[in-house]
Amino acid sequence: MTQGKEFLLEIYRRMVLVREFELRAIEERRRGLIPGFIHSCVGQEASAVGACLALRKEDVITSTHRGHGHLLAKGGEPKYMMAELAAKAPGYCKGRGGSLHISDFDLGILGANGIVGGGFPAAAGAALAFQMRKEERVALCFFGDGAINEGTFHEAANLAGVWKLPVIFLLENNLYGEGTPQDQASPLEDLAIRASSYAFPGVSVDGNDPLAVYEATQEAVARARKGGGATLVECKTYRFRGHYEGDPQVYRKPGEMAEWMKKDPIPTFREKLLKDKTASENEVKAVEDGIRQVLDEAVAFATQAPVPQVEEALAGVYADTHNGLVF
Amino acid sequence: MTMREITYREAIREAMSIEMRKDTSVFLMGEDVGVFGGVWGVSEGMLGEFGAERVRDTPITEAAIIGAGLGAAMVGMRPIVEIMFGDFLMCAGDQIVNQVAKARFMSGGKANVPLVIRVTTGAPGSAAAQHSQSPESWFMNVPGIKIVCPATPADAKGLLLTALRGQDPVMFYEHKMLYGESGAVPEEDFTVPFGQAAVVREGSDVTVIAVGIMVKKALEAAEALAKEGISLEVIDPRTLVPLDRETLIRSVAKTGRVVIAHEAHERGGPGAEIAAVLASDAVEYLDGPVLRVAARNVPLPYSPVLENYVLPDAADIIKAVRSFWAQKGA
Ligand SMILES: Cc1ncc(C[n+]2csc(CCOP(=O)(O)OP(=O)(O)O)c2C)c(N)n1
Repeated sequence: MTQGKEFLLEIYRRMVLVREFELRAIEERRRGLIPGFIHSCVGQEASAVGACLALRKEDVITSTHRGHGHLLAKGGEPKYMMAELAAKAPGYCKGRGGSLHISDFDLGILGANGIVGGGFPAAAGAALAFQMRKEERVALCFFGDGAINEGTFHEAANLAGVWKLPVIFLLENNLYGEGTPQDQASPLEDLAIRASSYAFPGVSVDGNDPLAVYEATQEAVARARKGGGATLVECKTYRFRGHYEGDPQVYRKPGEMAEWMKKDPIPTFREKLLKDKTASENEVKAVEDGIRQVLDEAVAFATQAPVPQVEEALAGVYADTHNGLVF
Repeated sequence: MTMREITYREAIREAMSIEMRKDTSVFLMGEDVGVFGGVWGVSEGMLGEFGAERVRDTPITEAAIIGAGLGAAMVGMRPIVEIMFGDFLMCAGDQIVNQVAKARFMSGGKANVPLVIRVTTGAPGSAAAQHSQSPESWFMNVPGIKIVCPATPADAKGLLLTALRGQDPVMFYEHKMLYGESGAVPEEDFTVPFGQAAVVREGSDVTVIAVGIMVKKALEAAEALAKEGISLEVIDPRTLVPLDRETLIRSVAKTGRVVIAHEAHERGGPGAEIAAVLASDAVEYLDGPVLRVAARNVPLPYSPVLENYVLPDAADIIKAVRSFWAQKGA
């Protein structure tokens, strides 16, 4: 499949955005702007971007604790994300949620999640709603190789299989769930095989190649829109940083990181753009400079934004009051 | 007994290790308890001593961790399972409520369930709504589980050893912000019985019944108020199920005033049960309302400003205590 220059540059732009956002967030956390934990997706940009580029704005995603890349790839605003990480009032969740809970319903981002496996049933449910209303929309559920062992995966996948729901289970297999290697958590090497238990297709792709992810997702989305049901897309990838910032990473296998660093999705794709003469060095640089500026602005916005008013803490638990009672 | 200072974390590790050395049916399993040493560092070094069979890393699968703990217990093992955050207990809700808690009763007493569920509780700071909860009272309404909330390193060791030698399922709540706290702990094997509250500080004006980390905050409040001539008696129930009603009532009989403090939400928290016990069995001693100091009834927010507002602290206890005299004066 040949892709236009604009599309390829857009892939690159979004991947750089995700990478630079993460690095800035890590930096700002160290400097004290961000009070809570961050699970960065450095190294996994290609799966987030490739998958989301196969979606339309009206499609929805559910995300995870490692969700910044998913949100940005789906169109999330860096400045509201950074403000949320900084626990500030104009943040995506008014400072109530932080990294683990960012959502943007206008963009179809139903939420990151602090509970591993927490998003599977909701993705199936959103897909059910689209199916019932005969809308050509799909739900895409991001999750990790650790999450696939939660019961919720199996329950949601079975619903998706038996009801032919328009849902894409987008697995980012980065070989570890926290400190536990994937081969100690499951007897399977290719987790995509699990789709066969629920009678929908499962494919494994190079998760560091955004085009491979895009094409597999595109195929799954097209099938789902036509009533063909669910797909499991497994992206084989690797996380370059700790499970969380500060993780001592005692569990890594020797030499493994160095091998994967050779497959870093961003320089690899950059080289490809130049080698194929899709873009010039100047054009690529312009993309990178543009992102740097976006992030400078996001950090400045987050820094200057006010903290939430204390009374805000009690607002927003329920929508309706009853007999004047809120809670 | 030979006392020395160790941390709450070390005390828990020591209790597990004592029992694992003595009894080969005791083993530990949970997410990242082995190589990683537990996300909270509690089982650090235990893999080296006991091996991967008995310090067992599991997949991310809370329902199966607790349910497998039940199964192993019913056929004669004594599993310790670790659930990294109390918030994740609900991923295993059925296993806890319908399986673990009911097994003995439903089987006419045949099922033996010596299962210890070690789980963390409390807000570690800006961890937001799904990693900060204090779920102690969630299971107080489920007969069949004992509920333990150690507030000091010594109690952590002694209560855990009691749990490990019992025949019933125990939910053992470890507060995340207590792991690094040090205290004097006997070096020897010793147990602290369930259902025996500790009078942590004697006093005469107001009883503060404090759960978990609030014991520490209550002691801070007592120290501060002592300077004003107000004397607090601080009581730590140590186990919520079973609850040592007698010690609580005896203290209230002496002081006539009571504040119940816990980090769990106010509505339906442990304090609701304790207040009801006092209302039914100690009402004749009470000179004022039964007050609660607890988290406000909203999910825990991420923002430090909001979180501090929602969580209870020593200042809230002091305010509650002072209100007894404010009311009188008014
Ligand atoms: C129900 C539940 N169990 C455990 C955790 C703690 N935890 C957070 S992330 C994580 C690892 C998840 O692994 P995976 O799904 O592979 O995603 P990755 O972190 O590799 O992106 C664990 C165990 C949690 N948040 N929720």
